[in-house]
Amino acid sequence: METAEAAAAAPGQIADMARIAAAAAAADPFLPRVYRVRQARRELGDTVTLELQPESGAAPAFAPGQFNMLYRHGVGETAISISGASEDGAGFLHTVRKVGAVSAALAGLEPGAAVGVRGPFGSGWPLAAAEGADVVVVAGGLGLAPLRPAIRHLLARRERYGRVAILFGARHPRELLFRQELERWRARLDVDVMVTVDHADASWHGSVGVVTPLIRRAAFDPHETHALVCGPEVMMRFAAGALCDAGVPQSRIHLSMERNMKCAIGLCGHCQFGPAFVCKDGPVMRYDRIAGLLAVREI
Amino acid sequence: MTQPAGPGKAAVIARAGLQQLLDALGAAGYEVLGPAVRDGAIVYDRIAKVDELPAGWTDRQDAGRYRLERRGDQALFGFVVGPQSWKRFLHPPVETLWSTRQEGERMEVTAPQPDATRYAFVGVRACEIRAIAIQDQVFCGGPFPDVGYAARRHNAFIVAVNCGEAGGTCFCVSMGSGPQATAGFDLALTELLDDAGHRFLVEAGSAAGTAMLQGIDRRAATDADLAAARAAVARAAGQMGRTMDTDGIRELLQRNAEHPRWDQVAERCLSCGNCTMVCPTCFCTTVEDHSDLAGTSAERVRKWDSCFTLEHSYLHGGSVRQSTRSRYRQWITHKLSSWFDQFGSSGCVGCGRCITWCPVGIDITEEAAALRTAAAAPNRGQDGTP
Ligand SMILES: Cc1cc2nc3c(=O)[nH]c(=O)nc-3n(C[C@H](O)[C@H](O)[C@H](O)COP(=O)(O)OP(=O)(O)OC[C@H]3O[C@@H](n4cnc5c(N)ncnc54)[C@H](O)[C@@H]3O)c2cc1C
Ligand code: SF4
Ligand code: SF4
Ligand code: FES
Repeated sequence: METAEAAAAAPGQIADMARIAAAAAAADPFLPRVYRVRQARRELGDTVTLELQPESGAAPAFAPGQFNMLYRHGVGETAISISGASEDGAGFLHTVRKVGAVSAALAGLEPGAAVGVRGPFGSGWPLAAAEGADVVVVAGGLGLAPLRPAIRHLLARRERYGRVAILFGARHPRELLFRQELERWRARLDVDVMVTVDHADASWHGSVGVVTPLIRRAAFDPHETHALVCGPEVMMRFAAGALCDAGVPQSRIHLSMERNMKCAIGLCGHCQFGPAFVCKDGPVMRYDRIAGLLAVREI
Repeated sequence: MTQPAGPGKAAVIARAGLQQLLDALGAAGYEVLGPAVRDGAIVYDRIAKVDELPAGWTDRQDAGRYRLERRGDQALFGFVVGPQSWKRFLHPPVETLWSTRQEGERMEVTAPQPDATRYAFVGVRACEIRAIAIQDQVFCGGPFPDVGYAARRHNAFIVAVNCGEAGGTCFCVSMGSGPQATAGFDLALTELLDDAGHRFLVEAGSAAGTAMLQGIDRRAATDADLAAARAAVARAAGQMGRTMDTDGIRELLQRNAEHPRWDQVAERCLSCGNCTMVCPTCFCTTVEDHSDLAGTSAERVRKWDSCFTLEHSYLHGGSVRQSTRSRYRQWITHKLSSWFDQFGSSGCVGCGRCITWCPVGIDITEEAAALRTAAAAPNRGQDGTP
């Protein structure tokens, strides 16, 4: 059966199934832990930030960019980014937009409500790698939520980074997320904050249009810059293109990808994006590794 | 490829010995499963008696076709693989992940009972052993092993059967997965039916297998038995109904996301997902939340899913993979290419099920070959040459 050679690599035998079975049974990654809503804060008409705290014990550490699976009894479970740590560090902030059954149930919760939480899962923003370099943050709409813990991290350790620019686009002035915090960032002299809206109203005196052209206006040294990008996929594609045009190496551009997720632990197959599982190889992914895939429709 | 075990290592048992093996597995607490004829197909079901095996039956398979026929002999394993695979036991079609009770805002999460089922699979083909090894990587090779799968898999006893005949849609030789089981079994049988009588060469592949053989009437294998077993497997290897050229196949698919063949196959594909359901390595699942009328108790249930459904790639606002073209491309690219990136091997073992059970007879070997031969077509157009 010499022909057998043609079909590369056979899967490796898993030698220690007994140990794996015991370890899995001891810590079933599918089981949520019960958390409680400590505070619910309306951000926008359809968007709420929940502060979640474990019913008992401490919340696990997380890296900015990671997400949790949030479950509401009888309704379902869904992937939601961590939009910050609660002020006393005892829990997570999650900013949820109401788009369907689960997100609506979560966005409607009141303080005291019980929520199942699994996580944190996935990759984070390259904040350690970016030390010493300039950082450009590009956010579209709700995409600011997973970037907020990264921005808070950068600003809390401001001296470790070069220039920091935050470029944020929303559809409408009414839809500017984290408005007060945005104002506080804008008030700082050591960070360049630019905000644009697609559709202005009479109250708006800032930029109008998509976020991408702001990249050309921001001050950074392209060869020494890390870019963190999150927003709708089309927006990320254009932003990554503009960053490349500005001279930022593809390997320093990071995008936070979104795909349907049912398990968050690499077992359900739903989040595949070419060879990657967005739940474990992402959601934060290096542009040089996915640029080819992003160019293919319906991948 | 390991050589068939030399004399002394292999034994020979008769049909009565096979019954003793089934009895011994049952006595050891295993739920014994094996091939049986049900509704015109050979499926895997509980078996207690050798009489329940599909004696004298064979299966005729081709693209979109499966038919059972009588054989001229009383072979017990004279067929290949049917619509089911062992995946339905190790990775069941429906499984409860956990349940919750909530009264007011008091919520309790309950893990399912640990699955203590001990399966003995009798009649596992080489391609299926490979498929199980592949699903082992999927479910137990990463940082978050699947609890239920790991438990069932750890407890399972595997009796392989080497193929003496290949089916019309088989191509395990191309995929390097058969027709002989070389590892990953507790016991391996080769059915021999010749002038020397109806008998089974049996080789142990584990300590559990060796132990199980104690107390079963057997004799040492002779050189003639071993030669007959080698000949049987060689016969199957020479009869493959299909072949697949796997040379550079991973890159072939990576390069051809925009190949015109995708439109061509999309005209035939019904997007029914049969191929993913019958495939012994496809592992995708979705989840459903069920609650009682009062809403106090809820269950989260996991079910087999398929990348051919629109929901599989659903994001708020619409599915990523809207077209059949993109869903077929996802399926075959995952099987033959991205599986290497994810799990270090091909996701296809060459069992042929997706070819046989496709209602319109779409053939993975034919599609892979078409991607190869027509791959130059668009470039020719660009050059301006006819
Ligand atoms: C890594 C990651 C981080 C996310 N972070 C946030 C966040 O911080 N805030 C927020 O509001 N939303 C976030 N989302 C999107 C959020 O998961 C979806 O809006 C949510 O799943 C919709 O579920 P639903 O039941 O309310 O809506 P439906 O439209 O009824 O969705 C049905 C099912 O489709 C799937 N689905 C639908 N839309 C999405 C989507 N956009 N992404 C993934 N799966 C989807 C889910 O499995 C969901 O259960 C994130 C998604 C991912 C993958
Ligand atoms: S892709 Fe087809 S031939 Fe390959 S393992 Fe799956 S069902 Fe069998
Ligand atoms: S081929 Fe499709 S159904 Fe099968 S494992 Fe891959 S994504 Fe899932
Ligand atoms: S969400 Fe299930 S595999 Fe990624």
